[in-house]
Amino acid sequence: MKRFIGFAKKEFYHIFRDKRSLFILFGMPIVQILLFGFAITNEINNVDIAVLDHSKDATTLEIINKISASKYFSIKQIVEGEADIESIFKKGKIKAILSFENEFNKKLIKENKATIQIITDATDPNTANTISNYVNAILQNYQKELNIDTKNTYQIIPQTRMAYNPELKSVFMFVPGVMTIILMLVSAMMTSISITREKELGTMEILLVSPIKPFQVIIGKVVPYIFLSVINAIVIIVLSIFIFKMPVQGSLLLLAFESVLFIISALALGILISTISATQQTAMMISLMGLMLPVILLSGFIFPISSMPFALQVISNIVPAKWFIIIVKGIMLKGVGLQYLWKETSILLGMTVFFIGISVKKYKIRLE
Amino acid sequence: MNNNNVIEVEDLTKMFGDFTAVNAITFEVKKGEIFGFLGANGAGKTTAMKMLIGISHPTSGKAKVAGYDVYTNTEDIKKNIGYMSQKFALYDDLTVKENITFFGGIYGLSRARINEKAKELINDLGLKDVANHLVGSLPLGWKQKIAFSVSLLHDPKVVFLDEPTGGVDPITRRQFWEMIYKASQSGTTVFVTTHYMDEAEYCDRVSIMVDGKIEALDTPRKLKEQFSVETMNDVFLKLARG
Repeated sequence: MKRFIGFAKKEFYHIFRDKRSLFILFGMPIVQILLFGFAITNEINNVDIAVLDHSKDATTLEIINKISASKYFSIKQIVEGEADIESIFKKGKIKAILSFENEFNKKLIKENKATIQIITDATDPNTANTISNYVNAILQNYQKELNIDTKNTYQIIPQTRMAYNPELKSVFMFVPGVMTIILMLVSAMMTSISITREKELGTMEILLVSPIKPFQVIIGKVVPYIFLSVINAIVIIVLSIFIFKMPVQGSLLLLAFESVLFIISALALGILISTISATQQTAMMISLMGLMLPVILLSGFIFPISSMPFALQVISNIVPAKWFIIIVKGIMLKGVGLQYLWKETSILLGMTVFFIGISVKKYKIRLE
Repeated sequence: MNNNNVIEVEDLTKMFGDFTAVNAITFEVKKGEIFGFLGANGAGKTTAMKMLIGISHPTSGKAKVAGYDVYTNTEDIKKNIGYMSQKFALYDDLTVKENITFFGGIYGLSRARINEKAKELINDLGLKDVANHLVGSLPLGWKQKIAFSVSLLHDPKVVFLDEPTGGVDPITRRQFWEMIYKASQSGTTVFVTTHYMDEAEYCDRVSIMVDGKIEALDTPRKLKEQFSVETMNDVFLKLARG
């Protein structure tokens, strides 16, 4: 035990005396969570649009007013003719143009039908799609108001309810993902680097010749990082609750337990990486390529797994991060407990045991 | 085992697949002796040494270090030997004192003992002014001396030095050998590999390995007589050219 404390103390010296590790450990989580929370979002706000109004009557005016009254759009320009559309888009500031056809009001009354064209700048397809959806929603609303007095039409009105995230805040989607990335980064990359560093310096050899046992070396290396990762997880959760008003519907205790489980599986991966890499550089490259990319691309963090090609869907099952993200979302947003998450939890547990198993075995082989 | 022998090796062999890295070597090292383990790069010195310090399992043969068997008692061996690698491995981002505390700790020394040892070591090496400096900021020669002293912290019966003087200047090398003599006078056996032939002259006895075998083993004086040459360097050249 005394040996272990001495070892852990040394490990903390390494971490706190290296500005780079300090930044990765404590700067990165905060920067990432703020970046993802504030900057990267699927919502639109105050998008600049232009209007081309061929009829200029009471109805079109009312629609234009409705649109400009919404917080999503601000009408920046009135377009005079079709010819200008191209040049306006080329300037790039205006993201969409609404074009009302001739005699809009008259047609609406006489023929019960009038057309608005929504032209969007689809160089950014996601935004274009969102803009057109939002405009449609505003128009439908307006149409409903018009139809209140006339009772002659049958209507099917879909009532959509976005469960668990009614405002469709993208930060709810990013927090579990960012938490996963950071825990993976800190646990796997930092441990693998710190172990290979001892190999590079030759101190690992000295440790192996000393009476301290190999597993004690590993435990001594890993425990400080478990401690720091837990602190990181707490920082992320606190930030997301207080700054982004993210709810934690389920049990915090369960969230803590699952996080520790995920941290341990990532640490085991880190040890595994350190057994196959001789230098810190290799360890870092393998961690970045072999762990970070799957976490970002295949975990369902950004790209929904259900819309991936079948082969990738299958592969995504072996990414521990996928299961952890499902668990975190379940606990934080849906408030479900272990009775719903037992499957994901046991998969994660199984993976952790498996990774620890092979890294212990690999480590022994290295010592011959 | 003869009570005067700290290391006894008989027909010790290590094979990697078909390749015989160490081929049935036999020798013993007496208590308090400075034993030079010489050989060209790739002759099998390091492999042989790794078997003796318990981090590599022999393929066949017998070996005892500090009275313990290298097959069954590696844990006891580790407690009774010191080891210094050619990298003078210390932690650069720890101070001299912190390094001493850490290594003392992993050898299970008590806090009081560590403090006592640290004081003694810092005094002996004249490190008072830099005791709280990071090791990384010290010159190579100092690191080497500290690394050697650290390997002796737990008063081992044998200390293994793997090319301990690589990359240091001749004056520092000379000073380092004075430290080795001091350790040997206080009863510690010194097992040292080197490829500086002038250093071989400082050893009580030397063995010379060529292609996995020990081709010569005696005092430097007798070896020079046997090969009728003036220096150890010539002994080595004669052997290596076969």
